Amino acid sequence: MLTLSELIDVKGEKGNFEIDILKKPRYVDLDLCIGCGACAEKCPGKADDEYNEDLVKRKSVYVEYAQAVPLKYRIDPETCLKLTKDKCGNCEEACPTSAINFDDKEETVTIKTGSIILSPGYKPFDPSQFDNYQYSNYPNVVTAMEFERILSATGPTMGHITTMPKVPVNPKKKKDKELAAYRKDPKKIAWFQCVGSRDINKCDNAHCSSVCCMYAVKEAIISKEHAGDELDCSIFFMDMRTPGKDFEKYYNNAQEKHGINFIRSRVHSVTEVPGTHDLEVVYADEAGEIQKEIYDMVVLSVGLEIPEETRNLAEKLNIEMSPGGFCNTSTFDPVSSSVDGIYVAGAFNRPQDIPQSVLDASAAASAAGDDLSPARNTLTKKLEEVPRINVVGERPRIGVFICDCGSNIKGVVDCAHVTEYAKTLPYVEFADEPMFACSQDTQDKMVEYIKEKNLNRIVVAACTPKTHEPLFQETLENAGLNKYLFEMTNIRNHDSWVHKNNPDMATKKAKDLVRMAVSKAALSEPLKEEKIPMDERVMVVGGGMAGISAARSLSAQGYEVHIIEKQDRLGGEALKLHKTPKGEDIQKKLKSIAEDVNANDNIKVHLNTTIESTDGFVGNFKSRITENGDSSEIEYGAAVLATGATAHEPDEYGFGMDDRVVTSLDLDRMLIENSAELDKMNSATFIQCVGSRDTNRPYCSKICCTHSVHNAIELKTRKPDMDVFILYRDIRTYGENELLYKQARDLGVIFIRYDLENKPDVRTENGSLVIKARDHVLGQPLEIESDLLVLATAIVPRKDEKLANFFKVPLNEEGFFVEKHAKLGPAEFATDGVFICGSGHYPKPLDEAITQGKAAASRALTLLGKKDNLFTSGTVALVDQEKCSSCGVCVAICPYSAPSFLEEGRYSGKAEINPVLCKGCGLCVASCRSGALHLKGFNTDQIFSQIFALDEVV
Amino acid sequence: MGNNVTGSVAVIGGGISGMLSALDLANSGYYVYLVEKGPAIGGVMAQLDKTFPTNDCAM
Repeated sequence: MLTLSELIDVKGEKGNFEIDILKKPRYVDLDLCIGCGACAEKCPGKADDEYNEDLVKRKSVYVEYAQAVPLKYRIDPETCLKLTKDKCGNCEEACPTSAINFDDKEETVTIKTGSIILSPGYKPFDPSQFDNYQYSNYPNVVTAMEFERILSATGPTMGHITTMPKVPVNPKKKKDKELAAYRKDPKKIAWFQCVGSRDINKCDNAHCSSVCCMYAVKEAIISKEHAGDELDCSIFFMDMRTPGKDFEKYYNNAQEKHGINFIRSRVHSVTEVPGTHDLEVVYADEAGEIQKEIYDMVVLSVGLEIPEETRNLAEKLNIEMSPGGFCNTSTFDPVSSSVDGIYVAGAFNRPQDIPQSVLDASAAASAAGDDLSPARNTLTKKLEEVPRINVVGERPRIGVFICDCGSNIKGVVDCAHVTEYAKTLPYVEFADEPMFACSQDTQDKMVEYIKEKNLNRIVVAACTPKTHEPLFQETLENAGLNKYLFEMTNIRNHDSWVHKNNPDMATKKAKDLVRMAVSKAALSEPLKEEKIPMDERVMVVGGGMAGISAARSLSAQGYEVHIIEKQDRLGGEALKLHKTPKGEDIQKKLKSIAEDVNANDNIKVHLNTTIESTDGFVGNFKSRITENGDSSEIEYGAAVLATGATAHEPDEYGFGMDDRVVTSLDLDRMLIENSAELDKMNSATFIQCVGSRDTNRPYCSKICCTHSVHNAIELKTRKPDMDVFILYRDIRTYGENELLYKQARDLGVIFIRYDLENKPDVRTENGSLVIKARDHVLGQPLEIESDLLVLATAIVPRKDEKLANFFKVPLNEEGFFVEKHAKLGPAEFATDGVFICGSGHYPKPLDEAITQGKAAASRALTLLGKKDNLFTSGTVALVDQEKCSSCGVCVAICPYSAPSFLEEGRYSGKAEINPVLCKGCGLCVASCRSGALHLKGFNTDQIFSQIFALDEVV
Repeated sequence: MGNNVTGSVAVIGGGISGMLSALDLANSGYYVYLVEKGPAIGGVMAQLDKTFPTNDCAM
């Protein structure tokens, strides 16, 4: 990891790049700094805290935030007194490890790599240039990023929302003191959408930033959580764009459950009410009437843009940029830049949110790896294994480490006292009080202590095992101890943080927690992790674009892939599509991709094939398939589910009754066929949200707005004098698709908005097809006679319960597959070894489906890469068959199908647990009426010893 | 190009995309240089308070 480093030049080509990196001085030695903060305590220098959007000050020697990686201080050369004026030097004196180095110099290093991934990110739009919103002048107009910090528990106000957020908490300047007198808890907050997005009048950003609608809704909901339900939150918007998975539900909840006001209007101006710093907002309502409303605070929902330095870098590397100023990528290679071997991910690729960036990240990783597969594992290092010490039968010799966590714990708990107390507990041989138990030097010391004092159990009293247990377990292994001989207790989150005002009680509680942990550790035993054999073949279910992309990435890295497709050819729904929004010919491209797949020796395509049954678990799946009527069996180690979705069959707007009423896919077919009928038509109308965003299907189908807008442009281009209308609820041309929306309006396509309560009425009158709607600007009813009515139908999931059952993966209430984590695991399931991509996860356009396919492949590759070291967890349930009464409760209750009945042998009919499937949740253990089930690492005697240890003081 | 390629990747930018690209690559057998211009990795996501739709802590 190279921090404070910038790419300055790239030489060479795909496969062999030489990259010059400029490393700026940190003035603190990375190896010596232990992150204790003694330097910052003594530092007199002050600077704006960028992490908190400059709302507060930080020291000149600083870490950005408590969880920073690496947790190493840095001296800011612009404000440090020593570096600017050669005065001070306090930090050098205060540092206990002599890590400060004022002589640190800038250096250029050259690295050699095979591929490059660019993920330089974005910058939030700077609204200072907008005079109508007065961001620079009014203290109560803030950006959404600033508001994000205001809401944060680690922000300047610790999550308390007040007005005058830009004024210091303890003001020193006269002007600040005057302003601080106006500080109050706001009663009314307004958000303005599209600040620096969808705007080419006041700035040059024509694109939609894709993320602001959702973050504004989130900020409004969280504001109400913080400040109470009485807080009045209003969001001023043009189109509400919530097209992502579960986003529409979140938006509906914001209106119905949280009472947030949504006002469709672009705000004209903001002025301060004289004598106060309240803000008068002037806007035109939907009827065109001018309205005035007073708010305590205004939050500007600033958009995303690519900073100039990144644009310069792109120019230097000859990377083509898009019209919207992002990296230019194609639909079929959505993470490849125009330069061979350079890939892109994140907001630099296109304005996008976290899940999409996460998918980009994995997709770019697999694309970058595709080029380098011959050199895989040539430069990575293998960890040396330390021989295990056998501790079975030995008397426990426990080492206890009481962490100060800087001042996080020590500031409240008397850690020295707790350490002395720990030494008095049974079996404790040694106790120590590190400043940071998690720092690298403490890990090294821990290994030494274990060896020197012959310790065989370790207890750490510090923060949460959720984040830190793996680190300490690794340290135990480095010292030759089994990692399950470790116990962690949380004296920070459960103690010092929550009992700040009662240090004595907190110290007492810390002693209780340590005593309990020690008593449990004394009973802990080394546990074995079973090795899982790994079949390196992968099965991809579904031969649409998402599945094909996953298969191609996997095969490029040398793995064998089976594609299961129920139709008679590859391509899926893409076979029905005409052009991408970027104008690429889909059928032409599909044909060449399918030929490429068929010629690929690593990919076996099974057409006309269905899956009859599936057994097994990660590394060892087995499916029976029927291919062209013949049954056979496939074994594989991982599965990618890419079964897609299908178009909704409409039952309204005269569909099926009048031939002139067609679906979006019908129009695509006519365009593919270059149908002569289209040339005869003089008018066409599109109706959006047919089957989407209603009570039956409360989600947005995501792709239909862009699809209709693009097809409207196609029609207008074929025949410029054709009248084209689009009837919509919100136009959701997110990202750079917004440019198409603008192009359509420029070409004369007419957009008419309707509400769910006033849907358009379609009827045949005297042989003509008539669409009746209300004009949203004039409020008048209007009639459109149209030669063609195109229904933008919803995308509906296949609700394939059989398949979900085969792989033990969940479907949501709408019938889409549920991924592991909405943000951080969008291409995999919680079930190990099963991955997800394409519209079976949620409706998505081709480029996003391909990205997700590549991402699913990348996630599968990380699993396949573990071939020889894939293990089960040690904390799994175990059956004592002597006690088992064969009642079957464990078999019925387990959500992972881990318990089953033995079919043969001495204990035939009794339960057993498959450790590969067991997640160690303990459900079966708690429900076993015979006391036959145990959870290893959480044995009954261990739990009771903890309870009894607590009881000692009562 | 043939087999004569370097088995490492440079990832420029240590935000959420860069970090996860680096992790995926490292776990599939490639050496990664993660290059970040700031003093710590994490990017903009580390500045966010909570994330929708679950309102999980961004950190």
